[in-house]
This record gives sequence, structure tokens and C-alpha cells, in this order.
Amino acid sequence: MEKSAYKGVFVFVEQRKGIIQNVSLELMGKARDLADALNDKVYAILVGNKITDKAQMLIAHGADVVVCADAPELDDYLTEPYTQAIYHIVNEYKPSILMLGATTIGRDLGPRLSARLGTGLTADCTKLEISEEKELLMTRPAFGGNLMATIVCKEHRPQMSTVRAGVMRKLPADNSPKGEVIKIEIPFKKDKFRVKLLKSVKEKGAMVDISEAKILISCGRGMANDEGLKIIDDLAKTLKAQVSASRAVVDAGLVPHDRQVGQTGKTVRPDLYFAVGISGAIQHLAGMEESDFIVAINRDKTAPIFQVADLGIVGDAKQILKQLNERLNG
Amino acid sequence: MNIVVCIKQVPDTTEIKINPVTGTLIRDGVPSIINPDDKAGLELALSLKDSFNAHVTVITMGPPQAEDVLREAYAMGVDRAILLTDAKFAGADTLATSHALAGALRKLDFDLLVTGRQAIDGDTAQVGPQIAEHLDLPQVSYLEHLDFDGKKTFTIKRRIEDGYEMLQVDGPCVVTVLSGAYRPRYMSVSGIVEAYSKNVEIWGFAQIDVDEKDLGLNGSPTRVHKAFSRGVKSAGQLYEVDSTEAVGIIMSKLKEKFII
Amino acid sequence: MDFSLTKTENLFLQMIKDFAENEVKPLAAEVDEQERFPVETVKKMAPLGIMGIPIPVKYGGAGGTNILYSMAVEELSAVCATTGVIVSAHTSLCAVPILEYGTEEQKQKYLPKLASGEWLGAFGLTEPNAGTDASAQQTVAIESGDNYILTGSKIFITNSGYADVYIVLAMTDKSQGTRGITAFIVEKNFPGFSVGKKEKKLGIRGSATCELIMENCVVPKENMLGKLSKGFSLAMKTLDGGRIGIAAQALGIAQGAMDETVKYVKERKQFNKPISAFQNTQFQMADLETRIVAARLLVRQAAFKKDKGQAYSVDAAMAKLYASETAMEVTNKAIQFHGGYGYTREYPIERMFRDAKITEIYEGTSEVQRMVIAGALLR
Repeated sequence: MEKSAYKGVFVFVEQRKGIIQNVSLELMGKARDLADALNDKVYAILVGNKITDKAQMLIAHGADVVVCADAPELDDYLTEPYTQAIYHIVNEYKPSILMLGATTIGRDLGPRLSARLGTGLTADCTKLEISEEKELLMTRPAFGGNLMATIVCKEHRPQMSTVRAGVMRKLPADNSPKGEVIKIEIPFKKDKFRVKLLKSVKEKGAMVDISEAKILISCGRGMANDEGLKIIDDLAKTLKAQVSASRAVVDAGLVPHDRQVGQTGKTVRPDLYFAVGISGAIQHLAGMEESDFIVAINRDKTAPIFQVADLGIVGDAKQILKQLNERLNG
Repeated sequence: MNIVVCIKQVPDTTEIKINPVTGTLIRDGVPSIINPDDKAGLELALSLKDSFNAHVTVITMGPPQAEDVLREAYAMGVDRAILLTDAKFAGADTLATSHALAGALRKLDFDLLVTGRQAIDGDTAQVGPQIAEHLDLPQVSYLEHLDFDGKKTFTIKRRIEDGYEMLQVDGPCVVTVLSGAYRPRYMSVSGIVEAYSKNVEIWGFAQIDVDEKDLGLNGSPTRVHKAFSRGVKSAGQLYEVDSTEAVGIIMSKLKEKFII
Repeated sequence: MDFSLTKTENLFLQMIKDFAENEVKPLAAEVDEQERFPVETVKKMAPLGIMGIPIPVKYGGAGGTNILYSMAVEELSAVCATTGVIVSAHTSLCAVPILEYGTEEQKQKYLPKLASGEWLGAFGLTEPNAGTDASAQQTVAIESGDNYILTGSKIFITNSGYADVYIVLAMTDKSQGTRGITAFIVEKNFPGFSVGKKEKKLGIRGSATCELIMENCVVPKENMLGKLSKGFSLAMKTLDGGRIGIAAQALGIAQGAMDETVKYVKERKQFNKPISAFQNTQFQMADLETRIVAARLLVRQAAFKKDKGQAYSVDAAMAKLYASETAMEVTNKAIQFHGGYGYTREYPIERMFRDAKITEIYEGTSEVQRMVIAGALLR
């Protein structure tokens, strides 16, 4: 493989019903960093049905070039049409780097595409940087968050990775730069379209995205009862915060799964993270330790949560939060 | 109907601890288990065996001791077990792993191939879709429920971020199953008693249909550059004070951070 | 000599621990509190083969060893002693005597249903005036045409009311004392058979313990178990096997209490350190742990000898004697380690303490076990 023939940092832009997903804008921000380090360009791959008008938004968020495939076959996400489209684009443009969001779309499309391209794919990355050899260093948690591994893809191109939502920072929209929009036709092989979408259903309450929250108050086992949750809810209202929880609390059915922080839940990095009655299992820490400021309240002064907390309080969380709420309101 | 289930033996990562002094993984005494997503996949297959008299084959790739998960699968009720093991497979990343498994699967006849969504030691969720690509089969990932019409069509509920999709596909196809989708049955006592007298087929490179250059370390485009335990962030200040004082400290910090 | 577990035994332990933790433990406090027989647990154990572990496959059992069976009773009892004794009485005192003494017809008729857990089994020997002295039986069986007519009552019968099949001992020839006792297989629907009052007990409160009443109960002759007048020896040998089960139950209770205590002493802090850091805690727990491991060796030795067809009655007596006294000592000290909390129902320790006591009494008191052991020693 002639590696030098492969150029550009490409982002697969995920849209659902025409709405560009936040994770893709985060990836654009990261792509900008990487492209600057490589002295290269950022390409956004925008595919879907009637989505060409979204291209400008991608330029505003850091794309130099938007490669756009607009076709009815790409209306809803399905593995095969999307794989054919991106495969075609990759063969046309030969990217050096291709990033996808680590979503149910990216993690379905990414491996299928990597196998078709015969290149490597690194899953669910939380850190991306360029090495001195101008290679992409892809860092990701392994062993349930106990270990971090940095992966390289030396001899194959593109260097592919799926990237966890909420980890990279999107750039503020800037409408001044001019970018190029290229439309591309995909020669579909429709006989390979073997999976049919019968319907897509949105579920109520599934819409809260704690990874977008600025302030999170997270409930652990030590607060996991009606009284504890009420206190947390009250304080959340006062601080305009969202409520999240540890796995134990979600497993107990007290808080829905989409509010779970940690290895098997979501990664969050709010400005302020309250860990209330959370001991801080490694799986939990993996999901929140990048938060800007962490306040932990726990009875047990040996709780591991205090190792990552900026401010640790040993004491009765119910008492403290109740009083805090009173003073904030008073 | 024939079903093949791919399973993986993994360390129970919830039992892994970090040595606080050296920062390395403590793996001693950590039990090996069937990967939870794969075990849910096994249950899906066994439930189809109960309803449609399906024949269930289970296959695992790994070192010789991975045989243990095949015995467990026998005790749960599968009909055939294959251990894919060869020094040529060693050092494989997901792509090379998927090539080896695809090579074995080309030798098997099936209507449904089941894998777990992802393994708890790697969390990549890549091998299932990569196998599907090598075998040129349709895939449905993140499976939460599957209905079979008794002939050839599967109707599948696929869990996504804000809801679910209903998809339809004819066999043969590949599905990747979420651990919450099917609660695995317990091994039966008679299954356990018989498990070690059943035949586990050992397959190596010679038994499968794959290009050697796609296997093992040589067939792996990715390499681990370095592995490290997550850097321990230095702890902030810890206060052991009464609640009024604690509230005061929190308030002053929130003001400092312009939150209030 | 090899003390390591086989791969099969390890696989079995993995399953039964998992089952006990997820299916049995969550109900243990409720079953005790409400004195409720855990029907749903029996329904879950049945399809897995837990109700027929040592019964051969050809009679619908799992074809397992007595070692596996003892492990099952131990692990179930570690989280819920009630569940442990349900399995033990059903298996050791009903299914096994039918397997060992039954005619081929009896085995074909009863074992598949018992081993699959479709039917539950029980054993009726004890009477108001015949406890340790089982020879003082007053239940009589009189031959009448193709039947025996049984009259009398039994007390403290485990699984009664929920059981479908009972092995009942009765005098067929009063003049012969123990040589006039015969065993019968009695189904719950036989005319003249009924279940009387339910006992209120200190421990194993979810287990059903009732009186059996036979008023001209008609039992077909083909339901005689073993030979005429050989019932006493059948009952004694059955209890030898039963003692492996009860020893395993006691061992489980002790282990369960130890597991709770280990967790507690590491968490509980007094004088600014966990109580596990005090040498008094460490030394006492070391002694208890040693007793538990010794008890387990005795239980497994008895089960091993039964599996090998060797004489095991003294081994079973030692196992039961030692394990039940260990259960009492461990649960007693476990409460002490838990302090006031251990005395409350917030923790499972007080239940385990109450459950432990019966293991020194039923299927032969500790005094009976000492008689068996001394009898063999000083013969």
C-alpha cells in the first residue's frame, strides 16, 4: 500500500431524519485539530436523502470540503446502502483518516466498512492525536475501563476509528470560512439490500442526553431511595442540573438507563459533577473523571470517588444537599 | 433450522482490580466467563431450539482452555461445539479474528449466525459485522428481540439511542445480541453431568477456509502501541466537617466557579 | 488421594451458586418472616434437575453423584436453609429409598415424577411417642385383601402438605418390635390419608412441618417398600443417607454466616478501624473457618463413600454431628461479631442462627450421632 496516496481527515457525518448529530460536530472539531497537525484538510462525508443543504453547517464547524451523496436509497440508515456509499467515497478520495461516531450507527457501519476496505478499525476511542511519525494514535479504554490502550494502524489506510460521544469538543459555528461542496453519485448494487426497515420508533423519556448537561447531580447507592432521589431532584431544579446515576441505582430500577454514567452507560464531562453517595467503582470513574469540577459527598472517607474529586466531603449527603438547597433558595 | 453461535471466553472484568501501587491489572483469581452478550445470544439460539427444534452449534476461538466455555454451552443445551485454536491465529486484532471465524463458518451450514454485540474485555463490537462482511451476509446489530416465522424470515427489534427499529431479513444472516435481550438459562444438572463426556471438535488452520495472510498478527492492521492504567488524577481536598460547614465550603467553591 | 474438585464439580458449583444467589437468596427473609413454603423456588429447581441430582438418568434423574447433591444442599442452605432442607428431605428420604429398595415397577412409577420435581417427596417415621426411639412406633398396618390398612399419626414431617408421595413406616407385627416394622409408599390421595396441623418453629420456618394422619388409610400391597418387616433397617439406612444432606445443610448455614461476617467485619468500623483489624476478630474467625473446612471434608468424605458403594454410616454421623455443631458455633459467634445489628432482622444472621439449631436435632440428634460413632468405635 502506498500510504502517501492517502490524504485528508474524513468524518462520517451522522444525520437522523436530516438532523446532524452532535457527535459528528464534535468529530469535526477533533478532525480540525488532527488536520492542522498534519497540515491537511478536513472532509465531511454527508450522506442521506435531501440533506445537501446541511453542508454549510459542516463548513461552519470546521470542514474544508463536504463530500455529499444525496440519494433516496440513503433515506434511513441501513447497513448496506450506507456501506456502499462510504466505500465508494473512500475509494474515490483515499482518506488518510476516517472517523465515525461510536453510536449504534457508527458501530454498525464502521466494522462492516473496515472489513470491506480490509483496513483496521479502533472502537470507541476517547483520545486521538498525531504521533511524530504522523500516524494517528487512537486511545481507548479496555478491560471494562480498567486499562487504556493506544492503538496504531501503521500499514493500512484509511486509519479508522469510532469515537465516543461527549468526549471531543465541537468548534463554535463560524460562518466566515468558505468551503467546497462536492456532490457524488453512488453506483448502488441494490441486490445486496437485504435488510428492510419496517419502522423506527422513538421512545418517550429516552431523549434526555446527560452527556449534554452542564451540571449533573449523580445519585449512587448511598442515596438510592425515594427520599434521597427527592433531595437530588430538588437541588437539580435549583441548579438547573440534570440527574444522573451510577449503575447500581439504574439496575435497581430507580433511574432510567439513559441517565447512567460509566463504562456501560454514558461518558459525561459537565462543568460540574456532583457524585452523591457514589463510592466510585472504576467503571463509574471511567464515565465521569473528565468532568471539569467534581464534588463528591460520601460517608466513607476511603471511597475511591475521592481520588478523582476536586472537592470531597465526608458526611451525610442527605443532610448536606438539603441544607445546600435551602441556602441556595434562601 | 441450523444456528451457529459465536462465543468468547473473557475475564470477568467486574472482578478485575488495579494494584494501587504499581497501577497494573490484578488478574489472579479473576474467573473466566462466557461473555455476557454472547450468553444472551446462546439463549436466543436455545429458545429457537425449544420452539423450532433448531440445531445449535457453538464455536469459540481462543487458547485450549477456552474449551471450558464450550462445556458450559453443552450444559446449557447446545448440540455441537467447536474450538477454533491454532498458533497461526495468535495476536489477532478484530479484523484477523473475524477472518479466522469466517474461515470456520464457511465450513458450516446455517440459517442464522448469532454473536454477542461486544465482548467485555475489548468492548469493540466489531467482530460480528466483520464476519458478516467476509461471508457476504446481511447483518443486524444491537438485537433486542427476534421473531422467526418458521420458514426463513426474521423480524428483529434493534435497540438504538432514542428508541428502536423493527427490521426484517431472510436467513442466512448475522445478528449481534445485547446482553439484556435474553436472560440466559441456567445449566441443567444433567447437562453438567454429561458436558465433559461430549465431543468438542478442535479445528485449526487446516480445517478452515481462509487465506493465511489474513490471520494472526500478520493479518492485523492494528497494533497496540502502548497500554497503561488510567493516570491517577491527584485528589482534591477532602473535608470531614459538620454539614453546615460542608455546605459553606461547597457554596464558596460554586461561587469561585461562577456556577452561582 | 486427590482433594481437588473435578471439572464437572466446578461447573456444577458455578451453576448452583449462581442459582442460589439470584433465585433463592432474594426470597430467604420473606419465606422465613411469613413462614411460607417457597413453591416458586421448587418450580424453578425442578426443570434444572436439582430435585433429582443422584437419581440415575434412566429414572429421569440427572445421574449425578452424592458429592454434587451435597454441594447443592450446601449452596442452597448458605442463602436459605429452608430451601436446603426441602431438597434434602425430598431427595434423601423419599427418592433415594425408592431407588435403593423399590421394585422396578415402583421405580418406574415414582422416580421420574420425583426426580423431575413434578412430585415432591417426604418421609414419615417420627411419632409423638417415637422420636429417637423409633422402635416405639404406634402406627399399624393391617393386611386386608390386596391392601394394607394404616392407622396412626406421624409428626414433624418435612415437606408435608406439599408432598405428593410419603414413605411411611408402620407396624405390621407389633409383637416383633423393630422387626415388625414395614415401609410403605403412600400417595397423598390415598383414602384415609390427611395432613394435620402445621408446626410453628424457631427456624427453617418456610419449610412445611406437619402432622400426618392415617385413618384406615388404604395402601395397595404393591406399595410396600422393601420387604415385610424390614422397614426399621430401611429407615435407619435411609437416615444414614439423609444425614449427608443435613450435614450439607448445616455446613451451608455455617458458610453463609461466615460469608456475611467476612463482609461485615471489613466494613464495620469501631475505634476508627474496621473490626477485621482487631486480633480478637482475626483469631476467632480463623478458628471458625478451620471448623467449616473440616466439616466440609467430613461431608464430602461421607458423600464420596456413598458414591463408591462403601460403608458410610459412621462417616455420615460424624459429618452431621460436626457440621451441625459447627453451624451453631459459627452462627452464634457471627451474631456477636455483628453486635446489635446481628440481633435484628436487618441482617440475615439472626435467621441463620435460628435455622442452625434444627440441624442438631432432626434426622438423628447429636446424641444419636455419638451413639452411632461410639458404637462402631467400641464394637
